[in-house]
Amino acid sequence: MARLKLEARPQPSDFWSYGSPLLALLCTVVIGVILFALLGKDPVRGLQVFFWEPIKSGYAVGELVVKATPLLLIALGLAVCFRSNVWNIGAEGQYILGAVAASGVALLADKTTGGWIVAALLIAGVLGGMAWAGVTALLRDKFNANEILVSLMLVYVAVQVLGYLVFGPWKDPNGYNFPQTKSFEAVTRIPRLFEGSRVSIGVLFALLGVAGVWVFLFRTRAGFAQQVGGLAPAAARYAGFSSRRALWVALLVSGGMAGLAGALEVAGPIGQLTPYVPAGYGFAAIIVAYVGRLHPVGMVFSAILMSMFYIGGELAQSRLGLPKSLTGVFQGLLLFTLLGCDTLVNYRLRWVHSVAQPAATGATQ
Amino acid sequence: MTIPRLQLTGITKAYPGVVANSDVSLTVMPGETHAVLGENGAGKSTLMKIIYGSVKPDAGQMKINGQVMQIRNPKEARANGISMVFQHFNLFDTMTVAENVWLGLTRNSLEQVTASIVAKANEYGLDIDPARPVHTLSVGEMQRVEIIRALLTRPELLILDEPTSVLTPQAVEKLFVVLKKLSSEGCSILYISHKLHEIRELCTACTVLRGGKVTGVCNPQQESNASLSRMMIGAEPPLLERAASLAGSAVMHVKGLSLPREDQFGVDLDDIHLHVRCGEVVGIAGVSGNGQKELLYALSGEDCRSPRGSIHMDEVDVSRMHSGRRRKLGLHFVPEERLGRGAVPTLSLAHNLLLTRTESISMPRFAGGWIRVRQLEAHAARLIKEYKVKANGPTAAARSLSGGNLQKFIVAREIDGNPKLLIVSQPTWGVDVGASAQIRGEILKLRDAGCAVLVVSEELDELFEVCDRMHVIARGKLSPSVPIAEATVEKIGEWMSGLWEPAGEVQHG
Repeated sequence: MARLKLEARPQPSDFWSYGSPLLALLCTVVIGVILFALLGKDPVRGLQVFFWEPIKSGYAVGELVVKATPLLLIALGLAVCFRSNVWNIGAEGQYILGAVAASGVALLADKTTGGWIVAALLIAGVLGGMAWAGVTALLRDKFNANEILVSLMLVYVAVQVLGYLVFGPWKDPNGYNFPQTKSFEAVTRIPRLFEGSRVSIGVLFALLGVAGVWVFLFRTRAGFAQQVGGLAPAAARYAGFSSRRALWVALLVSGGMAGLAGALEVAGPIGQLTPYVPAGYGFAAIIVAYVGRLHPVGMVFSAILMSMFYIGGELAQSRLGLPKSLTGVFQGLLLFTLLGCDTLVNYRLRWVHSVAQPAATGATQ
Repeated sequence: MTIPRLQLTGITKAYPGVVANSDVSLTVMPGETHAVLGENGAGKSTLMKIIYGSVKPDAGQMKINGQVMQIRNPKEARANGISMVFQHFNLFDTMTVAENVWLGLTRNSLEQVTASIVAKANEYGLDIDPARPVHTLSVGEMQRVEIIRALLTRPELLILDEPTSVLTPQAVEKLFVVLKKLSSEGCSILYISHKLHEIRELCTACTVLRGGKVTGVCNPQQESNASLSRMMIGAEPPLLERAASLAGSAVMHVKGLSLPREDQFGVDLDDIHLHVRCGEVVGIAGVSGNGQKELLYALSGEDCRSPRGSIHMDEVDVSRMHSGRRRKLGLHFVPEERLGRGAVPTLSLAHNLLLTRTESISMPRFAGGWIRVRQLEAHAARLIKEYKVKANGPTAAARSLSGGNLQKFIVAREIDGNPKLLIVSQPTWGVDVGASAQIRGEILKLRDAGCAVLVVSEELDELFEVCDRMHVIARGKLSPSVPIAEATVEKIGEWMSGLWEPAGEVQHG
């Protein structure tokens, strides 16, 4: 009888550290097909909705990019965090605070305001996100509070802050009592790249971020020090790299990136502050970061993939009559299959033939 | 004719890129203490793992008491009377001795286990209190726990992997008494080591491995150190030449350094006085866990809580400086843990240079500096070549190197930085004979070039070989220094238990 056996590799496989996300995607697709079949839908149609419709026209690709932009921005910051062994799970909260701060600036605009307001609101967004992440950094630094718990719980505080503002002081007086601010002045709108597409200059920030994070991580000593702190804290101490600095840098960078994403979103596609600003990008970006192997270029692909899932979920709702939560199912499937496939990085599968095996006689004692 | 307790024939095991064992044969008779001698990377550990069932051989046969067996896992090995004491202990710090032993023996109650520990301990003179938590034990005592745990399975074959690397001379003697009693009772022992004098004292048979192949089978008691090492490394170890010390002015001055422990299992440093002059090697002996770790943390700057004015480099007060700033003043340090402290396991050798070296960094004002990768790799390649490090080039991950080769690389990295003061902790721990001689030679060369060197080691032989003066550390206190000409093993051994006359402090102020 033959059976499959997991065998430890002497050193991690380079092939599988890149192959694992692809295999995970394949598994996700296969499970997706089964899922569609079980739901009584045509699997081919289902896959089409998720993987073909989002790229079949220029407009569709534009929409894909619109959703991928915040995911990529947040994931870039998180990659810096995770590589430094700082577990910021609260990017969603930092994203919300970025949106809130940017809205605060946007609401100051009136008919006579100049174009500088866009720069001002983006900076406000970055600072808002940084401040929220800074709370986590401060509590961790001063009181050694666990950053996973603190950053996560601050997400719910951020949601309450947002709720207070849109139900209270910032509520649009002419908005029929809807919990939302007035629509921002046109001058505050993030400039778009092309006519007829919703793609804004945000995507340029994201691509700039990719280059910036790559240079920081792989070509600067500060970025090196940051990662040594994550890989081997004792070596960082030996080298004289400050762990406090690594903590603050990691959280401020990721907070700032998430805040920027929030500002771009609220002053871009949304155009006003509503309770629906938190769309789960902060959490989805964690998956983006890992599927992209915490590598800036890898995350470009994973951000696009996750964006497909968002759009595919919405299309599945309108075209196939499936619940929108299918997006979450696919995101979860991808993450779980990735975690499973990552086993192959450190282990290999082997068929073991138990034919010529004289069993140890004493084994049964 | 007696049936051999263990007989291996034609054992071969290949890993991708390296053949760990090639056609290895080994015969152990009942009651025999059989040495497996070889340098690091010679394939000793792989062979033991095959016997103990944690690695499966590609080819070859294993007979236990004359019967062909295939041991598939350590549990089967134990069931067949094979026990192993690993070099790195598998004990839980927060649990007691008895609880640790109990973990592997679920069928008995804790009381039964405690009773059997006491019985075994008395039988073999292994003094241990089963109720003590493991974190309060010394390294030697932890080893006793491991040995008792192994003995409780009533082994017919006991495998010991480098058992003396953590023991004081006195503790080694005690261990040998136990091993001799065991073998007189008929238990076979496989003793893995690269310490020739121990093997010659203890073992009656020896299999020598080099590059995965058997290069000799002999009776070590009829061989000399030279002939054994010729079988082991293919050459005799080079003898160290020592010129007289030309000590100059003091580079480092430590005055009345007292420092409370950082973690709860640590040691408080108590009024340490120490100075190291250029052109001399100062040694610190002592049993592990007597404050070496804490002292080194304080001297290297990894712990920069020292009171102001207690540590000076030249005339600069460095007490509060972190290790990076002390390095800029010329203090380089080789820590005892290579993986995870001296080097980042997953990073390349080239990138590991960046921990302590900045030659390949340009524009230091921009985010700590720009890394010039090509120059960095050239630098690493140069060190690999100059210091004969066996590695798969500058991009090889640090963890892919054997312990000895990684140590050579780290020593090379620090010496190449032109230190004013080099502090080395356990320079040759787990390093093979050839590499040890090379590292000690580099230390002496550095001294002759006028560098101040401080060596902290638990191996007395090594300290006697390289030092000009010696201190002993015991319970967080440092003894006065004694010139190597006046130091004897007896005196230093006595000082290791904290017994030195306090008046000696004035001698070398």
